[in-house]
Amino acid sequence: MLHTFVALVEDKPGVLTRVASLFRRLNINIVSLTVGHSERLGVSRMTIVCDASPTAGHRIAASLYKLENVLQVDDIGQLSHVARELALIKVAATPQTRSQVFELAEVFRARIVDLAPESLMIEITGVESKIEGLIQVLNENGDRILEISRTGRMVMRRGQHTSKVLEAMRVPGMETAEDLKAEESAEAPSDELMAEETGLRE
Amino acid sequence: MGTAKKGHSHSTQTGGAAKAPATGGTRLTGAEILWATLEGEGVDVVFGYPGGAILPAYDALRKFPIRHVLVRHEQGASHMADGYARASGKVGVAIATSGPGATNLVTGIATAMLDSVPMVCITGQVSSKVLGTDAFQEVDITGITLPLTKHNYLVTRAEEVAPVLRQAFMVARSGRPGPVLVDITKDAQQGSAEFNFVAAEPKPHRPHPMLKTESAATVQAAELIRSAKKPVILAGHGIIQSAAYAQVRTLAERMKIPVASTLLGLGAFPASHPLSLGMMGMHGEAWVNHAIQQSDLLIACGMRFDDRVTGSLATYAPNAKKIHMEVDPAEINKNVKADVALIGDLKEVLEALLPHLAPRADNGESAWLREIEASKGEVAVRDIKNLPDSGHLYAAHVMHDLWRATDGKAIVVTDVGQHQMWEAQYYKHDEPRTLITSGGLGTMGFALPAAIGAKIACPEKEVWVVAGDGGFQMTAAELSTAAQEDLDLKIAVVNNGYLGMVRQWQEFFYEKNYEASPLRSPDFVKLAEAHGIRGVAVHKRSEVLPAVAEARSHKGPFVINFQVEKEDSVYPMIPAGSALHEMIRRPNNPLVETAQDK
Ligand SMILES: Cc1ncc(C[n+]2csc(CCOP(=O)(O)OP(=O)(O)O)c2C)c(N)n1
Ligand SMILES: [Mg+2]
Repeated sequence: MLHTFVALVEDKPGVLTRVASLFRRLNINIVSLTVGHSERLGVSRMTIVCDASPTAGHRIAASLYKLENVLQVDDIGQLSHVARELALIKVAATPQTRSQVFELAEVFRARIVDLAPESLMIEITGVESKIEGLIQVLNENGDRILEISRTGRMVMRRGQHTSKVLEAMRVPGMETAEDLKAEESAEAPSDELMAEETGLRE
Repeated sequence: MGTAKKGHSHSTQTGGAAKAPATGGTRLTGAEILWATLEGEGVDVVFGYPGGAILPAYDALRKFPIRHVLVRHEQGASHMADGYARASGKVGVAIATSGPGATNLVTGIATAMLDSVPMVCITGQVSSKVLGTDAFQEVDITGITLPLTKHNYLVTRAEEVAPVLRQAFMVARSGRPGPVLVDITKDAQQGSAEFNFVAAEPKPHRPHPMLKTESAATVQAAELIRSAKKPVILAGHGIIQSAAYAQVRTLAERMKIPVASTLLGLGAFPASHPLSLGMMGMHGEAWVNHAIQQSDLLIACGMRFDDRVTGSLATYAPNAKKIHMEVDPAEINKNVKADVALIGDLKEVLEALLPHLAPRADNGESAWLREIEASKGEVAVRDIKNLPDSGHLYAAHVMHDLWRATDGKAIVVTDVGQHQMWEAQYYKHDEPRTLITSGGLGTMGFALPAAIGAKIACPEKEVWVVAGDGGFQMTAAELSTAAQEDLDLKIAVVNNGYLGMVRQWQEFFYEKNYEASPLRSPDFVKLAEAHGIRGVAVHKRSEVLPAVAEARSHKGPFVINFQVEKEDSVYPMIPAGSALHEMIRRPNNPLVETAQDK
């Protein structure tokens, strides 16, 4: 089963290795891992997707917290959230065959970000299934995919999100279970946004 | 060499700073800051070995009131720091140079990690300017020890030395303790910075956010305990770490619950207490494992359901509910599913729990204790320690006699193998921190250096090494350290001419194919004498007590080579992965006279 964690970590050398090493030690495969700056100076945000038994979530979160550089861990689980991935896809296309790919891209609300005489590049953002849908359709159409670069999943919980709570409390990693529960009930799902990412596949 | 500013140039300031590390603002070299910070943290002894990248630190050492014990191999340094920590409860400190010095520490770091022992290891590192160039004796020790430490640090500037070291001590001590490594580049030692011990104080340690016990869980646990008919307390190392002795004892006595111990839990609950069952698990006595298998409630106090105590998880205590009291949230539901988890420092957890428990009025529990007592009887008769002297010397005899001679009061530091299990079975520990052994990693070579650390931590205590002929040879070079430090340390080598535990597995599971387990050893008495240490050899049971008495009355280190039965095995034994009740019992070995034979 896939688990998704959002971890706020200190932005220091070696922290990524420590996190990755933990998963290796637990013999858990990381499916994707994205890292970037968070809203706070000196704090990076990771979204980690991994494949582990359904009951592994607690142990992974608890073990992540044992790393000195980890400030906050959120096991996203079934909580309402927005997940996005960005992909760049380079497709072989001549001026004659381009228009077909343009059409496809439009259906998927993807953008063409580069054109060359023999290829073009598509930028697509969405949930993984949407990206996979586009890739599948390109393949089915006989378009030759030359390169794919994907960021892996990025996740943010809907409504008031965890790191804001942290910030309000100004104590890293001290969030209590009650705070989380309170937040959950305050969340309002946004169907409008959900509709947008639906694309062709569904 | 030569480019660096010498530590000496600051010696005038140092004196003052060293004596009053808590006062602020003196300019010192990184090397001086290192020692001044250790001094401020209350360190008065370190175990180490010098070399190029740590020489600036060694050069500054003489200005500080810190004892340095020169080991013979850096593995010895990490084991000594470990033994020091286990005996005293304080943080042990080991120090080594870069490259091979640092890698030699690794086994000792892993040993401390697996048994949650607080330790700070300091390594020298090549200059920050050449980091990553495969410079002479450069090794990525923070990379190597990343999965073996609670945390580690690379320090490249003198300014960082004090704050990082202080943080290292805090991390080593906090929550579930463990080893921390601080790698300090040579230029960080040679550079200088303002030293202010107080200002270098780390932010309070972030407690593990999942460290929280709901009061509902406490009530639920109390309810389970009150209604249990066949409860067993599983006493682990956490009791010692948290000093929750009185609380565990109150729980056991108030509710009349028998107590089984893990190997590292021995001593946490007095072995002579009527409610003490003894050691559980692979080499636990039959009645202990029987009680666990029959139990309807296991109350785990600071233990982690290691595979050596559970055997096959599928058949482990099938009818028991489990209350797991544990400081490390990552241990909950790891091996055994807990019905109630009480997460936190054990002493606090128990102090919250005990008010919910009134002493039992009914007599339901004594039926349970009687049942356990009944199951004891039949096996105790055949117990080897009860056997008359038949001329054969068994390790069990040695342990039993050692226990009697020392009144059970010595600190015994064991190595790994059969002798370790015999010690655990036959030396009854009534006091915490009197058994020091490598449980989680099972590191051969641990005993002698760890005992040196323990003796230095507790000079007024009688300290015994109990080692096998195999493991003793792994770190026997530290005899020289014991001699140089003139430690009043007693060393019992249980010499069976084999890597005994390996031989035992080969006997049971590999058709007695004794491949690579017979072992030739030097004459340990002569080896001792070569170190200027007195030694005697013992071949018969009648010689055991006199030899132990001689060792005890001798001032200084003393080695006894106990030449024991070669092919004896530790019984009972639960084969790895089998159920607790599927144990191998002591057979009717013709070599062993039984009480009935007489
Ligand atoms: C460093 C290390 N290497 C190998 C082992 C595997 N091992 C466990 S017990 C044992 C035999 C120990 O022999 P000895 O020290 O003579 O003790 P005995 O079992 O005979 O009492 C071995 C090789 C180990 N635990 N540690
Ligand atoms: Mg042996």
